[in-house]
Amino acid sequence: MSEQQATPAVGPKVKKFMFVNRKAPYGTIYALESLEVVLITATFDQDVSLVFMDDGVYELVKGQQTKGIGIKNFSPSYRALDGYDVEKLYVDQDSLAQRGLTEKDLLVPVEVLDAQQMGQLMQQQDVILSF
Amino acid sequence: MKFGLLVSEGPYTHQASDTAYQFVVAALAKGHEIQRVFFYHDGVNNATRLTEPPQDDRHVVNRWSALATEHKVDLVVCVAAALRRGIKEEVLAPGFRISGLGQLVDSGIKADRLVTFGD
Repeated sequence: MSEQQATPAVGPKVKKFMFVNRKAPYGTIYALESLEVVLITATFDQDVSLVFMDDGVYELVKGQQTKGIGIKNFSPSYRALDGYDVEKLYVDQDSLAQRGLTEKDLLVPVEVLDAQQMGQLMQQQDVILSF
Repeated sequence: MKFGLLVSEGPYTHQASDTAYQFVVAALAKGHEIQRVFFYHDGVNNATRLTEPPQDDRHVVNRWSALATEHKVDLVVCVAAALRRGIKEEVLAPGFRISGLGQLVDSGIKADRLVTFGD
């Protein structure tokens, strides 16, 4: 109580939101609908970061061709994240390596982290949504 | 504690909605507050009043509606996900409302914990 009174009101609290993308971009809708949540969250002036791990790293791969499966290629939207001030993109090192991918295969600049670094980053978050 | 919930899977096919329901019941029994339950992805299918499960089975949708009636739990269905899947105002079960993804972000901001039920 006394602690609350001592703290002046400083406007709405900014929380750290992390979106963990674990699924391939096509085959299920999770990746696409995750991106929709990210874009909305960005408009709430929160601290937003994105993680790509497991098959989620495929979401960022360059040169996606989706005509054959009749589904819209939504990967250009990841390039637009920059315009929403979403600039913290992290990729799991092992997930890339296990799929024969490197940073050069990705369509946006990312920071590659090992599992320990990723764990530390997750520990700092207020809200983690995993898709 | 103030909990927000995210339910990402539809009823019956997946355990997520059942577990989320049981979580809410248990949390309320312990005196916690449920700030909101947000339905996304196929989770929006929890909100249709058109389901008719066999009589000897649980009625997932009606169970949610009862929570809204008895405990004023805010049941929110994502509009974009709902429209994709044919969930509209005219098929909503009692206690559910359709709104935007902003309501999920709002839960993340206002709740002490945002708990996800899904894969």
